[in-house]
Amino acid sequence: MKLRLPLILCFLCGIFMIVQFFVPPFTGVYDKLLNWVMIISIPALVIGLTSLIKLHSNRIIRKTPNMPYSTVAFVAMIVMALSGLIGGTGQGTWFEWMFKNIQVPMQATMFSLLAFYIASAAYRAFRARTLEATLMLVTAVLVMLARVPIGDFLWQHVMPDSVLQWKANLPEDVAGWILNVPSMAARRGIILGISLGAIATSIKIILGIERSYMGAGE
Amino acid sequence: MSFWEKIGSFDRRYIFALIALTVIVPLLIPIGMPITTTNEVKSVYDYIDALPPGSAILVALDYDPAALAELYPMSIAMLKHAYTKKIKVIGMTLWITGASLGDVVMREAAQGIAEQDKDYAYLGFVPSGAVAIMRMGQDISAVFNVDYSGKSISQIPVMKGIKNYKDISLVVDLAAGSTPEAWIAYAGTPHHVPIAIGVTAVSAVGYYPYLNAKQIIGLIGGMKGAAEYEKLIQARGRASVGMDSQSMTHIAIILLIIIANVSYFVIRRKNKKEIES
Repeated sequence: MKLRLPLILCFLCGIFMIVQFFVPPFTGVYDKLLNWVMIISIPALVIGLTSLIKLHSNRIIRKTPNMPYSTVAFVAMIVMALSGLIGGTGQGTWFEWMFKNIQVPMQATMFSLLAFYIASAAYRAFRARTLEATLMLVTAVLVMLARVPIGDFLWQHVMPDSVLQWKANLPEDVAGWILNVPSMAARRGIILGISLGAIATSIKIILGIERSYMGAGE
Repeated sequence: MSFWEKIGSFDRRYIFALIALTVIVPLLIPIGMPITTTNEVKSVYDYIDALPPGSAILVALDYDPAALAELYPMSIAMLKHAYTKKIKVIGMTLWITGASLGDVVMREAAQGIAEQDKDYAYLGFVPSGAVAIMRMGQDISAVFNVDYSGKSISQIPVMKGIKNYKDISLVVDLAAGSTPEAWIAYAGTPHHVPIAIGVTAVSAVGYYPYLNAKQIIGLIGGMKGAAEYEKLIQARGRASVGMDSQSMTHIAIILLIIIANVSYFVIRRKNKKEIES
């Protein structure tokens, strides 16, 4: 029964969610089910918070090499939570001040570091070793050049008027073609593949063939 | 070690310094690159521009501070456009780290042109992503019974007469993740509400199939898309200023790739000759 009950529940809920899409009178039950899912997802946040506290407090207690980072994370978490709970999160609060002046610049800085690493990685790894790599390299350079204003700017300042009369924004047009034709075709294929895979997995879960969500190896 | 061998094993700190310079110098000494508008951005602008005053749009600010550089300018430009057209704006987020950011963005865009609760409402964060989108299709108040500040949404004037997607003229998802796919699948397709999206440049490529299939009315991609929107509303903002830096950085990366490849081929040729001799 311990195994059958979740399988039966999963089957009934799965079948109902498919059927309700075509049968409007089921709207009331559908709304209730959606409410349940939303309620169930809230404890996930609590579980996440609990495991975060557990992980960092363990590191602090055991004085591991990462203890200073854990201490900062732990203190920051408590200070942010307390300032939000006591003073609120709206305009002019301590929470908002810390969010705007500490969290925003820190997260933005972390993400902006990507530009430096991408430049370095491109310099080291982007080589025209094979035909495929050359095609990728040429495409990347064309899109990089055309998706910023300097592509058209250079084109319009280098090309003679006769060429410009034919095509005034050729780099932009070429990048547009790459994105709208070959790149889109590949992406569409990927989306179709993922969708078919998701449908197949969903059917397997509903029918009880795929049971890994109940526990590893069972 | 030959010149090209030295070039091939260039210390990456010089590359970092070069990129830093190409970002900082154009910000200090702007070049003012001309910005051309693309159809995918113009269609979002045109759609909002054609909405009659009093229409309502739902703006999902599904991003966190990491994507601020790209998504903040487009959020401000698009919201300012809606506010000046007297369109009701309902803001929300599916990202927990975007809850406070959404509040800040909505207020900053509204400065001097719109009033909270009267012209716009910010409902804050809701967990469970796709399920919340599905539930809002029946009743928005079932998902958000209070706004971000804790006020009951039945007490907010701008929310009067707005029950579900049937009362919304457009859903705009400004996203750093994959939430646009959920908005398209669970709001756009079943409820026939038009969807427009604004995403980071790196993920914009992934949404062209949806644009081509007319599942979204338009696409604002990265800082370039934001700069285009700023040009359309004739307000030079952060994205337009950043275009000079982005242009110079792209040129620097392209030059680096060319130099690295020349170095690679020279060294390969030299090695081949040595083996043959």
